[in-house]
Parts: sequence; structure tokens; C-alpha cells
Amino acid sequence: MQDLINIFVKSIFIDNMVFAYFLGMCSYLAVSKTVDTATGLGIAVIFVLGITVPVNYLLENFILKKGALGWLLGDEAAGVDLSFLSFIMFIAVIASMVQLVEMIVEKFAPTLYNSLGIFLPLIAVNCAILGGALFMQEREYASIGEATIFGLGSGVGWFLAIVGISAIREKIRYSAVPAPLRGLGITFIATGLMGIAFMTFMGIKL
Amino acid sequence: MKALEKYIEKIKPNFEKGGKYERWHAIFESFETFLFVPGNTTPRRGAHIRDAMDSKRLMSVVVIALIPVLLFGMWNVGFHHFLSIGEDVGFIQEFFHGFVRVMPIILVSYIAGLGTEFIFVYIKNKEIEEGFLVSGMIIPLIVPVDVPLWMVAIATIFAVIIGKEVFGGTGMNIVNPALLARAFLFFAYPSKMSGDKVWISEMENSQNIVDGFSGATPLAQVAGTTNEQLATNGGFKIINGVQDNVISTWDMFMGWIPGSIGETSVLMILIGAAILIFTGIASWKIILSAVIGGSLMGILLNIFATEGNPYMALPFYDHLLLGGFAFGVVFMATDPVTATQTEKGKWIYGFLIGFIAIIVRVLNPAYPEGVMLAILLMNVFAPLIDHYIIRANVKKRLKRIRA
Repeated sequence: MQDLINIFVKSIFIDNMVFAYFLGMCSYLAVSKTVDTATGLGIAVIFVLGITVPVNYLLENFILKKGALGWLLGDEAAGVDLSFLSFIMFIAVIASMVQLVEMIVEKFAPTLYNSLGIFLPLIAVNCAILGGALFMQEREYASIGEATIFGLGSGVGWFLAIVGISAIREKIRYSAVPAPLRGLGITFIATGLMGIAFMTFMGIKL
Repeated sequence: MKALEKYIEKIKPNFEKGGKYERWHAIFESFETFLFVPGNTTPRRGAHIRDAMDSKRLMSVVVIALIPVLLFGMWNVGFHHFLSIGEDVGFIQEFFHGFVRVMPIILVSYIAGLGTEFIFVYIKNKEIEEGFLVSGMIIPLIVPVDVPLWMVAIATIFAVIIGKEVFGGTGMNIVNPALLARAFLFFAYPSKMSGDKVWISEMENSQNIVDGFSGATPLAQVAGTTNEQLATNGGFKIINGVQDNVISTWDMFMGWIPGSIGETSVLMILIGAAILIFTGIASWKIILSAVIGGSLMGILLNIFATEGNPYMALPFYDHLLLGGFAFGVVFMATDPVTATQTEKGKWIYGFLIGFIAIIVRVLNPAYPEGVMLAILLMNVFAPLIDHYIIRANVKKRLKRIRA
């Protein structure tokens, strides 16, 4: 239990997808104009990460990893290493999950669907999602529970980042930002300042 | 004063529209309103302004509230300098040494910051915003006394431009500029901002330091305490310079301990807090809730203290007295611009500052002090807190209408 809590807290604050690794920046910058759309996209990312990371974990451990096919081929499997396929497999899983999310959102929240626009299907190529799967592969989590918690935690961290920046953007909409910096420029600067603030958690060992 | 006023009145036409120095109008007006209450009054009909409390005077009050802290900090710098070389020279000379050491930092911070502001005033040709009066005073108070002056200048310029001017100037910044300057120094030049030499004036290159003198701050000493030491001393043994000079809780409160220039004396900070709360500039809700948050986290850590991290055993009231907790909570968390604007939000904001500051101190081995980063973190999330509070309020009122 303690391990799971540690992984959850660590993936939200310490290994934050946006502020520690700068992943998923494109939709983070593009969809953060208002808190409402940011919340919608954030929840979609939590959902997609929470599903794709454990699914990819199963793929990784029962098909792709060296010797992972032992349950199917027996001793012959020891030499079979399919990990060169991991990128394409991970992306396929992610793309199908995003398709699912898109259908759900279109059916149940049409307003959100319209305001997210192209960025909803583009979650499929959101680097935070693929990053989640690859970090899972690299860090070799011990169980599917850990992988799920890691996926959810990363999603929550990303959610926190995009909701935070969207509230700031709503606030500075009324500020006298110099003309050349309006829009994306000031968002980058604000993101940098948030990054400094998130240095708070760097170095905590859990 | 009369002569100055007359002179200003005389040269005024030059700076008005069509005058010779029209381009300098904004800068002229800044100086004029800084010296005198502006002469324009509200019209006979229409809106009336109740008093002349503009942001310039508001800032002046904060600077006044900072003066006890500053004077004590100057004396404390001198006190520790002469403690480190083992001389007993008396109050006047100790204060004088501190004055000589601290004054340049204040001057550099003001010249660099106001210079940058004036360049922006000239470019934008808008009246100067006086927010830097306070930041320029706070920056010298939150750095170690031995910090090189050029670093202060760079950090100040960075904070004014990136922290404030790009967002449109005073009142629109999202993080506290003074804290941003300190964070910049802390991450860019860690060797000058931490360790056990920088806190004592002229300790780095001095030859005649007393044997066994250590300039480590109390929090650094606590962070370095091992379980064995804790057991043999029966608690934390925090020393002031030499081994047998143990710091008591009273010393922590009075503030004759090593640390950043202005952060040590809780007594002087409380005087400042009283001024700020009495004049209504700082929100007592933020201060109170931060103290509650810090105490709560301290108590929790005391209860769950383990062998693995002796720091957790530090009594919670010491947490509130040591390091920058008091200074940060009173003078920087309450910054009316970067704090939450809603009244309920202030409770949440303050509480989380205290809570996170203690977490970082104890659980993050990378930093012995966490107040700066906790306030920065809550600064960036303050708009979000406000957003949800306002949203909840809107919902409540809608319900009332429908009912």
C-alpha cells in the first residue's frame, strides 16, 4: 500500500509530466485558455493515461519483453525479444483508447467536444501519453497495480498543470501584457515560473 | 519643502502635453506624486474618492513595517561578525558594521530595480508603478549578508522584468517579485545562497575566525543532526557559532541567530505584522491560517517521527520560529497582488503555504528551508483557488434565485 501511495504522489508532484519532463506541451499550451476546457482535457488525459499504461504494461510483460512469451511458447521463448515493436504497439493501444474517449465525450458532453476541437483526437499523439507508457517500460514497475497508479498519477499531475495555467491565463487576460508577448509568449513565461515553483518537490525521496 | 514644491510647479509645463519634455511626462509625474499628494481633486459631481491612500502610500506603510526588521538585521549582522572573530566591541560598533554591510545591498537592489522600472516607464510612457518600493526593501532582507552585489543586481533585474513587467507591471504579476529574485539566486548560484559560511559577514575569506566557529543556520544544523546526537543530547542542540553557545527557544524568538539578514527576529517581524494588520494592508487570515497549517504539519511530523529522519522530531513551535517562516508568512504570503483575492481562498492559501513549507523543510533533503518555494507554489495556484471559490459562489447564488 505504501508503495502505491508513494508512486502516486511521486508521479503527481515530483515527476510531473509538464514541469519535470516538459511532455504534452502542445495541448497544454493550446487548450489552456479557459479553466473549463482545460478541466475537460485534463480529465480526458487522466482517463487515457489510466487505461493505456496498464494495458501497455500487460503488452510489455506478456508479449514484448525478452522472454515474455514464455506462457505461450515455453522454453523456446527465452530468446524471443519483440521489444522493437513496443513503440508501434503502444501507439496502437493509445490511438484506440483515444478513439473511445472521443466517442464518449461526443455522446455525453457535446459542448466540451466542440470546445476541445482537434485537440481531443490529438491526445493520441500527446507526448505525455506515450511518455507515460515509455516511463512505465523504463522503470519496470513490479505489478499492474503500480503501473495503473503511475498512469493515473501522471494524468493527475498533467491535469493539475493545465488547470493551474488556465486559471493564470484567465487572470492575466485583463493584464497589460506587452503586445509582442500576448497569447503564447506570456504563457511560456508563466509556465517557466510554474516550473520554478514546482522545483519545490525536486529531490524528495519517496 | 515649499521651495521644492514651487520649483516642481514651475517646471511642470515642460512635461505636459506639447511641452518640451513631453516624452518624460510619466517619469516626472512619478517623482511628483511620490513627493506630494497630487493636486487634482474629484469633480463636484460624480465619483468621490474617500482618502488619499493610493498604492504609493500603501507601499510606504509596508516599508515602515519593514524598518524594525531591517534595523535588527543590521545589528545581528554586526553581532555575528564580531562573534565569529571573537571580539566584544559593544552595540554601537556592531550596528555600524552591519549598517556598512547591509546598506550597499539595499542600494544595489533599489538602483537596479528602479532603473529597470524607469526604462519600462520610458518605453511605455505610463506613470511608474511603485510596487518596487517594497520588493526593493524585501530583497536585501532575504539574502545572506555575504552575497555578491552583482548577483543581487542580476536577480533584481530578472525579477522585475520576468516577474512583473512582462505581465504588465505592478498589480498584474502572478508571483512575488522579491521571492522570484531569491529563487533565481538560489537556483543559479547555490554556493552563495547556502552552506555554513555565507550567513556570517566576512567569514569566507577571513583569517582570524575563532577556532571551531560554525556559521551554519539553525535549520541546517537540525537537518544535519543524526539519531545518535539526538539521543546523547536529549533533543536538538542548536549552537550559535561555538559549541557551548546553545540556542534556546527564547533566542530563536528574539532572533540573535545566524540567517538571512531580515528573517531571524520573530519579535521584530511581529511588530511589522501588527503595523500591517492594523493598517489593513496584510490579511490576518493568511497569516493565521499559515501558522495553523505549519503547526499542524509540525505536530503530525512530531507524532510520526521515525528513526529514518531525525528532522521530524523538531518541536513544531521551533519550526515557526526558525528560518524564514515568520518573515515569509507576514511579509510575502500576504502580498495583496499574488495572494488569493477571495476571503475563503485566503484561508486555503495560507494554510497550504504553512503546510507545504514544513513538508519541504523536513521531507525534502535537497532544501533545508521550504518557505520560499511553498509561497511561490501557492502564488501560481492562487488564481485556481479563486476560480473555484467564485464558481462555487455563483452556483450557490443561482440556487438561491431558483429557489
